[in-house]
Amino acid sequence: MARWLKPGVFALSLMPLAWLAWRAFSDDLGVNPVETINRTTGDWALRFLLLALAVTPLRRVTGWAPLARLRRMVGLFAFFYVCLHLASYVGLDLFFDWQALLKDVAKRTYITLGMGCFVLLLPLAVTSTDGMIRRLGGRAWRRLHRLVFPASVLAVAHFWLMVKADIREPLLYAVILSLLLGSRLWRRGRA
Amino acid sequence: AAPLDYARGVVTLDDKPTSFEAASTYNNYYEFGTDKADPARTAPGRLKTRPWSVVVEGECARPGTIAFEDLVKPHRLEERVYRMRCVEGWSMVIPWVGVPLGELLKRFEPTSKAKFVEFVSLADRDQMPGLRVPILNWPYTEGLRMDEAMHPLTILAVGMYGQELPAQNGAPLRLVVPWKYGFKSIKSIVRIRFSETRPATAWNDYAPREYGFYSNVNPEVDHPRWSQATERRIGEFRRRPTLPFNGYAEQVAGLYAGMDLRVEY
Repeated sequence: MARWLKPGVFALSLMPLAWLAWRAFSDDLGVNPVETINRTTGDWALRFLLLALAVTPLRRVTGWAPLARLRRMVGLFAFFYVCLHLASYVGLDLFFDWQALLKDVAKRTYITLGMGCFVLLLPLAVTSTDGMIRRLGGRAWRRLHRLVFPASVLAVAHFWLMVKADIREPLLYAVILSLLLGSRLWRRGRA
Repeated sequence: AAPLDYARGVVTLDDKPTSFEAASTYNNYYEFGTDKADPARTAPGRLKTRPWSVVVEGECARPGTIAFEDLVKPHRLEERVYRMRCVEGWSMVIPWVGVPLGELLKRFEPTSKAKFVEFVSLADRDQMPGLRVPILNWPYTEGLRMDEAMHPLTILAVGMYGQELPAQNGAPLRLVVPWKYGFKSIKSIVRIRFSETRPATAWNDYAPREYGFYSNVNPEVDHPRWSQATERRIGEFRRRPTLPFNGYAEQVAGLYAGMDLRVEY
């Protein structure tokens, strides 16, 4: 089973994109297609970010070591969906209006937070290869990759500040993130 | 929905109307759920639009409860093709069918004390599943200054695209104020009150910094969290510039002469 774990999760992780592409292909993106693409890629970016954070606690709880091998891949998929989300915002929503983009990033808190999240995740994606881990050394690499914690807080805040009034969905993500971060704090406190 | 008998195209635009499909499936009507697809799914089976009556009260000589039919019947229905700009940054072009609000309000003989008109939506938990979520302070309320209410562009709509209003679009009776953000155009009205003081309104109550009482479409005044300079017309890909007063400045800008629209947003 462990042999199929990685390819299986890899294929599953592509499903949201495949589904979106299928809907686009069959003209099924709804009344506001740009909004649908933007929301869907954003939703999955956030979900994969939380999934990546869930790998280690899940491995500890289940004691199933092979799970550890998923962490990098799920994290990179989070970055992949973040990139798609950013591309859809810049390319589809703003249609490469760079001036509007700069204004948005400077003026609108939720865009600023979203960009901040992207900027924090960028070095993590870049340093995700075995070669980079070796070059940085395990300690420095692990310290650098703790940036995923503030990045996920920014991601949830980005979503929270975007919604007009119904905060139930961002609240759910915030609760899950708190549990994932809280479990780590709790472990450190006991160690 | 039943077809309506109306005078065609009293106010029309060169803009091409949005498809009926889009206008009736992409709705903000939080009483039926906060997802834009929710109202079309949940409202038609649940919202009971007949019998319907409206309470008219406050500063007027002829208050009372009036049946929907009696409210509308004395007037000739007119088609008005209007732009509709949502505060969220998207827009549509909708052929409404309705009556000028001013003509209708005059029948109740508002007194000289009537400076504002308040509107209240239906709030019935049995019909509206969204009311269980305390997002806004239900019932939904809206208001206009008297001169805004009497302006010839302001209508009470009973239909769109030549038919009775679909439930999700605010049947059987809704306000349409085309130069203001969409949320001012309150749906499924059950109460109209003339008042001397400015009434509380639902979105202004919820977040006064984000949603003003006037909420005139204004590309110069951004929502605190997003820009209002451009909009995406449903059915179009590229954003287009948003027009002052949603393109009705010539007709309505005079109502706000001398007001600082950055303060009175």
